[in-house]
Amino acid sequence: MKKKKITVAVSGLNNTDNPGPGIPVIRGIRESKEFDVRIIGLAYENLEPGIYLHDIVDKTYQIPYPSAGTDPLIQRIEYIHSVEKIDVIIPNFDAELYSFMRSSDVLKEMKIHTFLPTMEQFEERHKSNLPAFGKKYGITVPFSRPIFGENEIFGLTADFTYPLLVKGKYYDAYVAYNPEQVRMYFNKIASKWGLPIIIQEFIHGTEVNVIALGDGKGNTIGAVPMRKQYITDKGKAWGGITLDDENMLELTRKIIGQTKWRGGMEFELIKTISNDLFLIEINPRIPAWVYLAVGAGQNLPEALIKLALGMEVKPYESYQVGKLFIRFSMDMIVELEEFEKLSTFGEL
Amino acid sequence: MKIKKNIAVSETGFVFDPTTGDSYSLNPIGAEIMTLMKEGKELPDIQKFVLDKYDVDKATFEKSYLDFMNMIRQFHLTEE
Amino acid sequence: MATKKLPFERPLIKKLNVGIPNKFGLKTEYDPITHIDGVAIKDLINQFGSPFYVISEKTIRETYREAKRAFTTRYPKVQFAWSYKTNYLNAVCNVFHQEGSWAEVVSGFEYDKAIANRVQGQHIIFNGPDKTEADIRKAIVNGSLIHIDHFDELYTIIELSEQMEQKPKVSIRVNMDTGIYPIWSRFGFNYENGEAWEALNRIMLSKKLELMGLHAHIGTYIMVPWAYGHAAAKLADLAVGIQKKFNHHIKYIDTGGGFASKNTLKGAFIPGSDTCPTFDAYAEAITSAIINSGIHPEHMPILILETGRALIDDSGSLIGSVIAIKRLAEGKRAMVVDIGVNLLFTSFWYEHKITPAQPFTHYTEDTVIYGPLCMNIDVIRDNISFPLLNKGDHFVISRIGAYNMTQWMQFITLRPNIVMIDMDGKPHIIRKGETNDSVTSQEVVPDYLKKITV
Repeated sequence: MKKKKITVAVSGLNNTDNPGPGIPVIRGIRESKEFDVRIIGLAYENLEPGIYLHDIVDKTYQIPYPSAGTDPLIQRIEYIHSVEKIDVIIPNFDAELYSFMRSSDVLKEMKIHTFLPTMEQFEERHKSNLPAFGKKYGITVPFSRPIFGENEIFGLTADFTYPLLVKGKYYDAYVAYNPEQVRMYFNKIASKWGLPIIIQEFIHGTEVNVIALGDGKGNTIGAVPMRKQYITDKGKAWGGITLDDENMLELTRKIIGQTKWRGGMEFELIKTISNDLFLIEINPRIPAWVYLAVGAGQNLPEALIKLALGMEVKPYESYQVGKLFIRFSMDMIVELEEFEKLSTFGEL
Repeated sequence: MKIKKNIAVSETGFVFDPTTGDSYSLNPIGAEIMTLMKEGKELPDIQKFVLDKYDVDKATFEKSYLDFMNMIRQFHLTEE
Repeated sequence: MATKKLPFERPLIKKLNVGIPNKFGLKTEYDPITHIDGVAIKDLINQFGSPFYVISEKTIRETYREAKRAFTTRYPKVQFAWSYKTNYLNAVCNVFHQEGSWAEVVSGFEYDKAIANRVQGQHIIFNGPDKTEADIRKAIVNGSLIHIDHFDELYTIIELSEQMEQKPKVSIRVNMDTGIYPIWSRFGFNYENGEAWEALNRIMLSKKLELMGLHAHIGTYIMVPWAYGHAAAKLADLAVGIQKKFNHHIKYIDTGGGFASKNTLKGAFIPGSDTCPTFDAYAEAITSAIINSGIHPEHMPILILETGRALIDDSGSLIGSVIAIKRLAEGKRAMVVDIGVNLLFTSFWYEHKITPAQPFTHYTEDTVIYGPLCMNIDVIRDNISFPLLNKGDHFVISRIGAYNMTQWMQFITLRPNIVMIDMDGKPHIIRKGETNDSVTSQEVVPDYLKKITV
């Protein structure tokens, strides 16, 4: 079968010790048997490793930070599109999703396809809305509530016992053992991601995760559960293993079925000793460990592209249990000219 | 004031300081001035060049030139 | 004539911080604002000096009509009331009144202004915690809608009703939990603890007051339309209760103001232009809550909106000039301009959009923009990636129509001209720049202090 030629733009090329999902997403796409893909990298920072990985990313363009707003972003995409003729964009940062979701109609007019959650889906799964989300869909979640000021910290003991979790709107989560630590994390997170800060009950148990893809009609196109085996000091998985856990899959199908989730997603769950599952977070995009799912038999990035292009996609029925991923890091050698070119022209 | 010998100014306005590993970016007029300095030109020549080429009065140029020199010095790109 | 020379830009060197993307090379330029409603800013500066405020009549009318459309296409009876405190320049108020807005005032001063603008008494809504007895008396005589804030006021009105011929037309302001933070419990009567009902009972049992409606004003810069849905539903619930208990149909539900504008709040990650809900979103939340309530379709109350900020912010701009370009001791670029927090009070909470008024390149510097006041807190933007302006260059601060022309300060200088550009692109001064006399004419120097020998 002749492979279909397409151009896919991907962000999240920061394959660092706190990796973005871009590179693993691209590796999945590159293994597609149906597509012959040209990859356009979209980078925010000039040292994102993916920019310089020329056998993975064909060409990279810098794009403005999400905080600049949608207009500069669209202008930049228009320019890139005029050169590259992009078929699909896969944004991989939480913080940029809002801008891309907001622009999806404009992008569609430009014949650029995306496959993103709806604004409603995106908003209702926000960490600050998790209790309401749990109530609405009948899912167990830890108790949490947003706080807006330092002055609320001392009143927390009415609702919480220490330790508790202090979380940012988009990223960052810390365990705090006393009000002083809450204050410290509050300021640290607020200065970076703004308000509110979410205070969450600390549930004892094992963290497990599910990567999944919803087709927007309530069907689960793919889902793979995983347990992190080694966690870095940044709380990121450095190794993980696929699990055989029907409860986790059941929960995934239940949420996707009810929310009619559109696009990639990740569930962060805590499994207690009595095997109860607490949903602690829904990430509205493909997680960085997606390549494990590809390796276990579910090429979710490829399936996402097909959904974006409006193609028929058959749900994955199975995956290999007991597959491991182990991250590794490697130094590459980069010429100064490459850094100069990117820094001066914003493309490489 | 002289720019350090080992510092290269590219046409694109990219500056790399091999002693510290820092990189800098210049706007076009900044790149022109720094290239002239690399050629050993001093204020009078540079001033003439800029006033001939650009629509600017002497005082405005002088103020911005002094500020530019201060920044170059602050970045330790000059020979003391 | 000299040969054509290139435009000059200050030479700039910027360190490339690894990790932080630099703006160089990113061809995402924005354009200068050289005209407002077709009028060249240069011409305006020649005519009115710098700084000055500009208000676009066209933008006011278009914004108003857009808001009105959002509500009237969803609900049969809609009435806007112009929030005087947001901008009470008479010319501005009258544009809204011409469009059909009533007046919403919160003090005796504003009340008299509305009367002087010839708004009919029954079309003035009198809000706020501070209404003097004289104010209330006047409002009763004129048949204005008095929105009661607290029990002390309620009892004053009951007392007055016993002395006066006219029956006072009243509503109560209700505060409530709408699921947002903070709850503005300092204004009005609380819904959840039954206080609102106590006030309503007192009004209905007095028989001397005419209960006209119910009012809530849940907060300011509310980004979540559903909060208004909750407020409207709770007011509708009270209306149903009043009907059941007293067989009295209220005339209106007033959901107050507080809609967000497209300005970006300090600390917000995504700009306000992207996150500000549309009028349609607010209208959908409010109208569907009332329509879906238990109020009988035949007795649907008028929906009153006191939207201020969202109707006027976009129409106002401040035009100013660069006084000086400085380099701070720590190496940071600073720009001193002729607009300070005295004229731009909202810079305390917004990251205002500032755009050069003449062409510029995509080269920028991280800049702190200071106002001209001898006061350390006079900062307009504490960190903005800004093009390389020179002394004397001009710039436009956009979306400043709300609150700046009412909360401004006279501190050490005078308030400048305010110009309105009419529908035909003709500028009119609608408030003259102050002179020393505007400030000192109210001063009185005792005779014994008149002799000085310095």
